[in-house]
Amino acid sequence: MTTWPILSVVTFLPVLGALVVYLSRGDDEAARRNARWIALWTTLVTFAVSLILVWRFDAASADFQFVEKANWLASGISYHMGVDGISLPFVILTTALMPLCIIASWKSITDRVREYMMAFLLLETLMVGTFSALDLVLFYLFFEGGLIPMFLIIGVWGGPRRVYASFKFFLYTLLGSVLMLLAIMALYWNAGTTDIPTLMQTAVPRSLQTWAWLAFFASFAVKMPMWPVHTWLPDAHVEAPTAGSVILAAILLKMGGYGFLRFSLPMFPLASHDFAPLIFSLSVIAIVYTSLVALMQEDVKKLIAYSSVAHMGFVTMGIFAATTQGVAGGMFQMVSHGIVSGALFLCVGIVYDRMHTREIAAYGGLVNRMPLYALVFMVFTMANVGLPGTSGFVGEFMTLLGTFKVSIPTATFATLGVILSAAYALWLYRKVVFGPLTKPSLASIKDLTLRESLTLFPLVALTILFGVYPKPVLDMSAASVQQLVNNYNAAVTAVKAAALIQ
Amino acid sequence: MSFSSAGYQLLPVLPELVLAVGAMALLMLGAYRGAETTKLVTGLAVVLLVLTGVLELMLPAGKLTTFGGSFVVDDFARFLKILAIIGSAVTLILSTEFLSDPSRRIFEYSILVLLSTLGMMVLISAADLIMLYLGLELMSLALYVVAASNRDNAKSNEAGLKYFVLGALSSGMLLYGASLIYGFTGTVDFAGIAAAVKTGSVGIVFGLVFLLAGLCFKVSAVPFHMWTPDVYEGAPTPVTAFFASAPKVAALAVFTRVTLTAFPGIVPQWQQILVFVAIASMALGSFAAIGQRNIKRLMAYSSIGHMGFALVGLASGTVEGAQGVLVYIAIYVAMTLGSFAVILTMKRNGQAVEQISDFAGLSRTNPMLAFLFAMLLFSLAGIPPLAGFFAKWYVFVAAIKAGLFTLAVIGVLTSVVGAFYYLTIIKLMYFDEPAGQVEPMRIELRTVLAVAGIFNIFFFVYPGPLVSVATAAAKSLF
Repeated sequence: MTTWPILSVVTFLPVLGALVVYLSRGDDEAARRNARWIALWTTLVTFAVSLILVWRFDAASADFQFVEKANWLASGISYHMGVDGISLPFVILTTALMPLCIIASWKSITDRVREYMMAFLLLETLMVGTFSALDLVLFYLFFEGGLIPMFLIIGVWGGPRRVYASFKFFLYTLLGSVLMLLAIMALYWNAGTTDIPTLMQTAVPRSLQTWAWLAFFASFAVKMPMWPVHTWLPDAHVEAPTAGSVILAAILLKMGGYGFLRFSLPMFPLASHDFAPLIFSLSVIAIVYTSLVALMQEDVKKLIAYSSVAHMGFVTMGIFAATTQGVAGGMFQMVSHGIVSGALFLCVGIVYDRMHTREIAAYGGLVNRMPLYALVFMVFTMANVGLPGTSGFVGEFMTLLGTFKVSIPTATFATLGVILSAAYALWLYRKVVFGPLTKPSLASIKDLTLRESLTLFPLVALTILFGVYPKPVLDMSAASVQQLVNNYNAAVTAVKAAALIQ
Repeated sequence: MSFSSAGYQLLPVLPELVLAVGAMALLMLGAYRGAETTKLVTGLAVVLLVLTGVLELMLPAGKLTTFGGSFVVDDFARFLKILAIIGSAVTLILSTEFLSDPSRRIFEYSILVLLSTLGMMVLISAADLIMLYLGLELMSLALYVVAASNRDNAKSNEAGLKYFVLGALSSGMLLYGASLIYGFTGTVDFAGIAAAVKTGSVGIVFGLVFLLAGLCFKVSAVPFHMWTPDVYEGAPTPVTAFFASAPKVAALAVFTRVTLTAFPGIVPQWQQILVFVAIASMALGSFAAIGQRNIKRLMAYSSIGHMGFALVGLASGTVEGAQGVLVYIAIYVAMTLGSFAVILTMKRNGQAVEQISDFAGLSRTNPMLAFLFAMLLFSLAGIPPLAGFFAKWYVFVAAIKAGLFTLAVIGVLTSVVGAFYYLTIIKLMYFDEPAGQVEPMRIELRTVLAVAGIFNIFFFVYPGPLVSVATAAAKSLF
């Protein structure tokens, strides 16, 4: 079958591109153009190669596929790569969004273009690696390594409060992750290996499960981000350049959810079961509270950032409901949110490039001069609200369905959040797009250019496609999700049975 | 040719002999030919160090002892000696510019570094308390003089004097501890002490505390760290680079050997001391560095913190812990020397600049320099995939295995605090506007930085060799 290490190629191709960008010296206009084109082609080729993964992927199997293994650090710590139905969608999401990010930065980034492109390409490698690593140490390497380019992207090309935002982003995430690192070490001594497939088979003692779960939770909850450790996100989003926000919302946040699915549920099922009420509470608070906060925002990006926190609440709720619908819904919601929130940030970026302000009050009546933009923005707003027919609906509905079986109060409060999300999203849309165009600064604003349409229309198509026909994504992950839920239930029932006997 | 005389095998000390004789020969050369030989002497000193290192590697494998068992050459000693030699040799290379100034053509500088290195090698191989003290004093006395080698500078003199007075105090404490231990066990030999010390009687613990206090001073661990920031700031920058690298190797080596081979019977007794010292060093190193404006003072606090991290490995008292210490110190030396190559480059209009604000905008004026320095700083902060992460990995993995969870948690949390001040420098280099042009980088600094940078960035690709050598070295202690 596969004779070449296809997964490693997808992972490390962007680094190669970054190297080429580095070698193309110079700082004139030609060098900048070269850097952009090299980055674009690298990401496009990476995307094309990653499609081979989809094509050859056997969705009927829950096993890891395209597995590569090589000796690396020491006994039990190896270079082990592979994808299953849970990680593959994220790999594709990453490779698919990267070219759009490069195109979105085409005109808006004029300073230190080469470095910018190199940082993004490096970030792509680290993100793909995070999703395809099958060794905990390797995973941590990719997971934490991503902080370096993102720190620089926010800090160098960000807005006025970029220093504050980048430090907050870096230190917050690092603080969560170092605790996870200690848990990884404890797991290493417990099982003698950090190999993820082996660890999934290894029973972890109850007490270690609790501590390790909490340590992993510290990392993923910050990354996700869950209330109350979400406060870095609005700052990071507001200050990051457009493409940085897109990557942050679409991919980096998904690492938290992916971590819960890959580690917390399968490795610590008992602890996950014990802590599910905590997660439910935090999720509901996130959904309701951050939606209310979003209603009060005056900055477009901040509003979308808070809405991201709310939507991630649905994901954590669905995942820890640990029902087939809940987990599959969480998966789908993450993919959908990746597309929709990424697109929303692109939309904000487009008007920001024209007006250089993100204040909601500075806009109004855009539909008069930008009909196409208004249409596209509406599709994504509706998807954000969760209107049936858009991808946003499927994920929210499935997570609510899955949670309803486990905890009715949680599902009820979360459904209230759906109403709130409609409130703030529609309010934003009305303020920005509708009404008379009275502000003189907006009088000559131009509609979408070809380049901007190119970034947005693929996402419009995907949003609607997955809204009416979510099967491709759900099918891809179905087998893995089913196995995850089965193992989880088996572990939890075994303990309950043992408790009854005593 | 026979290397035995008076019943003693001289083969194990051959590298030390060569170094000692070579250093004296160079001293003669300098004394008779005058200050214009400074450059030549420095060059020959580097060659001599390389030769010593090669000889060390060519010694027969396995454990060699001589002088009645008080001098031992095992894998542990080989590993650390090579590291100390690399540290000293690179320091001499970094010093060429400092020595080329007409007012500072002091050939004794290189010879003092050589003698200090000789002391380190004796210290690393010491297997009894007498040899330990001999090595320690030879190393330290040379260091006191080197610290004051910028003769016309008041700060340099202050640094030398301060270091000397406090160093003498710590030597006294160490000697006091050693005499107590001798008094209670009747032997100065590490193996003999290990055989005699099975329970922690008050006298032994008392002696141990004083002994460890003296050693803590040499590794600049809290609460015996006070000299470090002043000496680092006052000493000429190449000397600071030296202080931060080779002597730390030797001091950690003897720290490890004493605790693990002389007191394996009372691990809990010294473990609690080390846990406290490690926590205090990590915490102080991270928090105190935040307020620093001078890069050399900042590096001083950084090295205090890093010694704390290395001691985390030692505190676990296991093979994994010793291995962690060895990996840590090796990576630390590489990171430190690379960083000092950058600091030495920072000159404007012929004047060395030492404020961290002088790094502002370096990424625009010297992109490659800034990039490598940023990577070194991320590495010092322990961010993967850089080498510094693996250093922390090995010490903390040992601590976790030994069940020192509190220590590990506090350790990683302080590493987050520490990340803040490293990020501050990166922020200055990347986010701020340039503070002016920097003079072009000299070739020797370029080379050192390039080697350190490549090691640091690409260590993760092939970590096998260093780790397996460190494992073998750690096992030779047990």
